[in-house]
Amino acid sequence: MAELKVNFHVTRYNPEKDPKPYIQTYSVAVNDGMTVLDGLHWIKENLDPTLVWRYSCRMGICGSCGMLINGTPTLACNTQILHLSQTDITVGPLPNFEIIRDLVPDLLSMFEKHAAVHPNIIRPEAELTDRTGEFYQSPEELEAYLQFTYCIKCGCCMGACPTLATDVRYLGPMPLTALQRYNADSRDEGFKVRAQVASADGGAFRCHYAGECSRVCPKGVDPGKAIQLLKRKLVLDYLHLANRKKPCPKLEGPGHGKLLPNMTAPPRTIPE
Amino acid sequence: MAAITRHNNRLGVWGWLGGGRWGIERYAYILHRLTGLGILLYLLMHTVVTSLRVRNIYLWTEGGFFHQPIFRLGEFCVVAAFAFHAFNGIRLVLVELGFAVGKPIEPIYPYKTSVGVQRPLLIAVMVLALLFLLVGAYNFLGLAR
Ligand code: HEM
Ligand code: SF4
Ligand code: SF4
Ligand code: FES
Repeated sequence: MAELKVNFHVTRYNPEKDPKPYIQTYSVAVNDGMTVLDGLHWIKENLDPTLVWRYSCRMGICGSCGMLINGTPTLACNTQILHLSQTDITVGPLPNFEIIRDLVPDLLSMFEKHAAVHPNIIRPEAELTDRTGEFYQSPEELEAYLQFTYCIKCGCCMGACPTLATDVRYLGPMPLTALQRYNADSRDEGFKVRAQVASADGGAFRCHYAGECSRVCPKGVDPGKAIQLLKRKLVLDYLHLANRKKPCPKLEGPGHGKLLPNMTAPPRTIPE
Repeated sequence: MAAITRHNNRLGVWGWLGGGRWGIERYAYILHRLTGLGILLYLLMHTVVTSLRVRNIYLWTEGGFFHQPIFRLGEFCVVAAFAFHAFNGIRLVLVELGFAVGKPIEPIYPYKTSVGVQRPLLIAVMVLALLFLLVGAYNFLGLAR
């Protein structure tokens, strides 16, 4: 296949030298199937070793390579150059975050907000540490939150959210989705604790459903949906209309945590 | 593979609005804000102007400052802003109370999101707003008299 030259208009910024970000254009030799991430590698190898960005898995799993590509926050490794353009593409760092250098955003603010929403199962400590049984969860109960577990914390939704663009205190779609993921988990008892965060200033009611987060999420997590379901629960709870279901029970297993008398362990495969 | 065809990358009028990269819900979001602030501004002015009645000042009657065609157009803009804001507000209430976003689903590519689930509602309320506006226009053009 004939090789094509595509102009990459890349945002460059070195806080030690540059007063503000500027655009540098590179002509990249593009083959069919090349991703934007491949293009950046090509630039680094052939044109400019000083270009900096963040990546790791190059397969849409680690969430490191979120960037503003042609004006849309998305994963560089998950975006093919020729699907966008055959002449010009723009690559910039994720908006709504400070730039560390070139295409590297400082995601710390997002991770701090994430930590603040209690993104973990909240149950009495004894129940969690006692390993003699498992929590019972039906497939339907799993589905209530499964979609929101696919989030890879790439921050694309945070870059797209117009509310976050003007309000730094807003938790943002990723942390609120993580919050709803645990709220909707039938094993969890932490609604009250999280409601403090979710209904506070900068919480769920800052979202006005621009839907942008759901449109850009590269994993189909649909943060907009999670946040609206979260609001629904908060409002119903406030009005004392929420059905207060007890968290799912812990199964004590056939032997209630002890081996059944007639059960033997399978033979060892590795000699002692 | 097939030969690569050159694409004219010019965005045209769409480029003004950010290249159509943002969804229409985002424009609705911006417009909801602007119209909300607009009608709030109108409400404040309206309160001041009509309260001048206690001093026997009637700026909106024959010969008054506001009795000009331009303000009639302005009033129509307020109606238009109100129509958009109120009908879109009904959508937002439904969406934000989780009635029109659907249930959590397994994300399978190409992803279907809540944005698509509530889109028919957006179209429906915009049609209603438009109908409301047409009735308003009928009145404003003096056809009702
Ligand atoms: C039937 C009438 C109305 C309805 C159904 C309505 C509905 C709404 C809703 C649902 C919101 C929240 C939007 C969101 O969460 O994104 C909102 C916001 C707002 N409304 Fe209204 N509204 C109405 C009339 C008015 C009037 C008469 C005013 C002004 C006097 C007004 C001013 C505002 C303002 C300033 C906001 C904040 C906008 C923002 O933060 O983006 N609204 N409206
Ligand atoms: S919700 Fe989607 S866009 Fe947001 S951080 Fe998670 S994977 Fe990325
Ligand atoms: S739906 Fe809410 S969180 Fe998502 S982009 Fe819009 S305002 Fe932000
Ligand atoms: S490099 Fe891991 S998601 Fe793109």
